[in-house]
Amino acid sequence: MSTQTTTQPLQFHPSADFKNRSREALADTKLRQNFRGAMDFLRGKRSAQFPDENELENLRDLGEAVRKHALRNLPQLLEKLETQLTANGVQVHWAETAEEANAIIHGIAVGRGAKSVIKGKSMASEEIELNDYLGERGITCVESDMGEYVVQLAHEKPSHIVMPAIHKTKGDIAELFHEEIPDTPYTEDVDELIQIGRKTLRQMFVDADIGLSGVNFAIAETGTLWLVENEGNGRLSTTIPNTHIAIMGIEKVVEKLEQVIPLASLLTRSATGQAITTYFNLISGPRRPGELDGPREVHLVLLDNGRSQAFEDAELRATLQCIRCGACMNHCPVYARLGGHAYGTVYPGPIGQIISPHLLGLDDTRDLPTASSLCGACAEVCPVRIPIPQLLIRLRTEAQRNPGEAVAHRLKGQGASYSLGEQLVWKFWTGAYAHPSLHRIFRWLATRLRAFAPKQQMGWTRFRTPLQPAERSLHDLMAERKGNRL
Amino acid sequence: MEKRIYPAPPQQVYLFGTCLIDLFVPEAGMDALRLLEQAGVAVDFPMGQSCCGQPAYTSGNEASARTVAAAQMALFQEDWPIVVPSGSCAGMMRHHWPKLFAADPVLGPRAKVLAERTFELTEFLVEVLKVDFAALHAQSTVAPPPIKVALHTSCSARREMGTRSHGLALLRALPGVELVEQKNEAECCGFGGVFSLKHPDISGAMVADKTAAIEASGCDQLVSADAGCLCNIGHAAEHQGRALKVEHLASFVARRLRGEAQS
Repeated sequence: MSTQTTTQPLQFHPSADFKNRSREALADTKLRQNFRGAMDFLRGKRSAQFPDENELENLRDLGEAVRKHALRNLPQLLEKLETQLTANGVQVHWAETAEEANAIIHGIAVGRGAKSVIKGKSMASEEIELNDYLGERGITCVESDMGEYVVQLAHEKPSHIVMPAIHKTKGDIAELFHEEIPDTPYTEDVDELIQIGRKTLRQMFVDADIGLSGVNFAIAETGTLWLVENEGNGRLSTTIPNTHIAIMGIEKVVEKLEQVIPLASLLTRSATGQAITTYFNLISGPRRPGELDGPREVHLVLLDNGRSQAFEDAELRATLQCIRCGACMNHCPVYARLGGHAYGTVYPGPIGQIISPHLLGLDDTRDLPTASSLCGACAEVCPVRIPIPQLLIRLRTEAQRNPGEAVAHRLKGQGASYSLGEQLVWKFWTGAYAHPSLHRIFRWLATRLRAFAPKQQMGWTRFRTPLQPAERSLHDLMAERKGNRL
Repeated sequence: MEKRIYPAPPQQVYLFGTCLIDLFVPEAGMDALRLLEQAGVAVDFPMGQSCCGQPAYTSGNEASARTVAAAQMALFQEDWPIVVPSGSCAGMMRHHWPKLFAADPVLGPRAKVLAERTFELTEFLVEVLKVDFAALHAQSTVAPPPIKVALHTSCSARREMGTRSHGLALLRALPGVELVEQKNEAECCGFGGVFSLKHPDISGAMVADKTAAIEASGCDQLVSADAGCLCNIGHAAEHQGRALKVEHLASFVARRLRGEAQS
């Protein structure tokens, strides 16, 4: 592993040290080049998929409507999903917390005497830190998605929700494989690198006791788990081992099969700029009598882990519309400069900034809602029209709120950024700007005392020359004009 | 973005100067006034105005934002359009005031009415007044020398107000003005109000990329219809020792119409 790429400490939540990590990330020129190049590439790929703006906007309307409909009926749809899955022979488990989800999966593994788990890509499993949990209890997890495999081999965390190893160059991976996989010659040939990974993983699919996967969409009406992937590892993980465990956030349910069509189209085109992925897996239960392959048993773990908090609030509920395409991070000017690790949360970028406060609480994520210029690039590309800047403002409001204030929907960590000093500044500002007579005095002072404008203006002057009021304000100029006319 | 239906040209408008122009770029406010008057519209500048409330709103201080916004709302008693020489402040008044007062039985409906009457300056000049700048320019006795300009459109102007096309239309109508496009033109300059104070390193990295891209475009100067971006880009360029001249779009257009080469 290249030493230059590991400047960011990989401590995931709390994200309290966001500012230091972002400063380090900004100073890492190689990392910044990697991300800038990758993000420009992904933006181009996405935009090539949507040449017709009307088609895109209509599809986004449809995607938003499907997700909003599902969330409006979430409790009923989850019950329906459980009923249908159970009828299909899938065992359904409910986990309120990450700890519960881990314990459920561990319990299943222990019950089967399992020693090893092969994993398809799953951000929910990253969220609960399943690999560590099982690892500490003597069960090995191996990531089989190539990006996840690279990240695991490097003892890192994903830096992107769709492309976990996007922070690495082929040179980094060549070095990593050469050092970590026995008898591997150094090569920067991408096809060769993929073959090396593939060969190493192949036997692990056969040897694993359990296959674990994520879920892109769960269809309530048919009891189907829809899994999108490009490498075939998802299909292998969910069909070769005798036991398949799927894990998903409770928000991923959709009512009808046909409602997934627009979502799937939006997902692959927005995420990787593909019209369709290589594999669409529709999983409807374990091997049936007479069938020659497939797992003997299938489990689904439904994970809440703070999502209910977003669900309960009419405005914040839109957070759960997300289909995890990653387009918001690909188009974010902040993410493009920091990369994913600086955020310190499993989900980085704009979606991470709006979902993490629910998963972890505002105390541990207080710097995330403010780490945005509210430029709106994320909302502009979001395939299901999540008003991300609006939700960031709302989270800022909840973080600024007096911790003691009683509100209809109290968020975990309300008032995490509440500061008497800042409140005083806003009180002064409100007084000066809401009262014309006070504002006149304020303007007079600001313009007449302009020579005394501070040379150090907090963070502003680190990168800019100081702001200095004009000699005369627009009010002065306007008053003079009126005077001239009289 | 919803397609806006524009009214017929009015006799009179309100000018809302914005707090940043008021204190830091007052000449841009005067030039906005001149452009409107040149187009035959009478302009009223309510002297009680200060700020749309956006700084408090975007930093999570709703109550302060409401108090300051309500003080502005009381100023626009006549049924005239409100013209704002900033996409960001116009966006606040047009899209966020109604949300801010949604629960208020009196100010809620009032905010909706005012939102409908709020226009960004270039949008108003192009879509409502349909000003023929080429004809105005032809009246000028002196032709200013040719110039290459880069346009920076603020994120609110681009995504909330949809007025990038209006800025472009204005510049394209001016003889002798060549538009050049900087790399990653659509990307944020990193201002973001309190963002530049709360996350100075990230904001600083964004504006450093922006000034470099603008300089590399080969433009003689930058114009923008938002004072926030202008302050950010201009003061960053100055800090970096770049000889980059920035100017509000209203001032640039007014100056070209006067036949002046330099401000």
